[in-house]
Amino acid sequence: MESLVLIGMVSIIIGGLTIAIGSIGPALGEGRAVAQALSSIAQQPDAAGTITRTLFVGLAMIESTAIYCFVVTMILLFANPFWNYFAARAGG
Amino acid sequence: MDVMDITAITPDQVIIWQWRFVSINATILYTWLVMVLLVLGSWLVTRRLSSGPRLSRWQNLLEVVVTAMRDQIREVSHQQADGYLPFVGTLFLFIAVANLLSIVPGYYPPTGSLSTTAALAICVFLAVPLYGIAHQGLGGYLRNYIRPTIFMLPFNLIGELSRTLALAVRLFGNVMSSAKIVAILLAITPLFFPILMHALGLLTGLIQAYIFAILALVYIASATRAHHDPEGATPEQQPVADKPTPELHERGDR
Repeated sequence: MESLVLIGMVSIIIGGLTIAIGSIGPALGEGRAVAQALSSIAQQPDAAGTITRTLFVGLAMIESTAIYCFVVTMILLFANPFWNYFAARAGG
Repeated sequence: MDVMDITAITPDQVIIWQWRFVSINATILYTWLVMVLLVLGSWLVTRRLSSGPRLSRWQNLLEVVVTAMRDQIREVSHQQADGYLPFVGTLFLFIAVANLLSIVPGYYPPTGSLSTTAALAICVFLAVPLYGIAHQGLGGYLRNYIRPTIFMLPFNLIGELSRTLALAVRLFGNVMSSAKIVAILLAITPLFFPILMHALGLLTGLIQAYIFAILALVYIASATRAHHDPEGATPEQQPVADKPTPELHERGDR
């Protein structure tokens, strides 16, 4: 029982920290990318199509780091293998 | 969203029908549903095609979609679209329809399961060497791995694997997160907010379909083209290659 409490506590804390810290970097990066793309479009409206397409692909690349953090958080909170293991041991 | 409880993060866990060791979960069911929808829809539309001035409404829709995909492929890969359209277009259509159908109540997008996205990413992983070998031969393709020097071989191999993983996890994470956010918001602030997030989820789903297809295309095109880059392909690449230059020039002026 003791280990279950510990695992639950650590999972929740680390889950929150993961998504909190993990979204800082991508947020800064996406902000920079969008700002740069907007100024490029303002300077060169002709190339707007190419810039927008590249921007979207780049944003997806940047965002995937945040998504990795999110997936890890979701696994920690909802599908935690350690929690399941110890819960099964405590139950049976 | 109705089919899953809030703690389930993948539709694989929802067993719909089971007989002995054979079980059908929500992912399989909805994947087949999307496939049937796509195949039946295309079959019904393309049964009576006309090349005259009077088009049926649905033929017009399909023509717009296919033409847009061809244009995108030609712009991104700087090559003829014919070879890539079947694979890349199928990826895009499947993911887009799978994501957009999430406005239907009771439906959960199969792309929100890591199994589906991993399968799609593995398709891309296998398609890259197939296209590469078909275009430049076995030796030409394998030489790409030692392209700058032989020391880059392990990094190229790792890059090949990690981008496959990234493709799978990106699509899974995005679709799963938009579905999960709606489910969580439904529990705490019902009625209005979830609708907004749902609309955002539709947009994200379409963009993710686009990005998955474009990334697959970029990977395949880099495998087929890398060989000719230094000397060949100049006439076709010229308009694209000189596009960034005025911008740089202009920014230098400022």
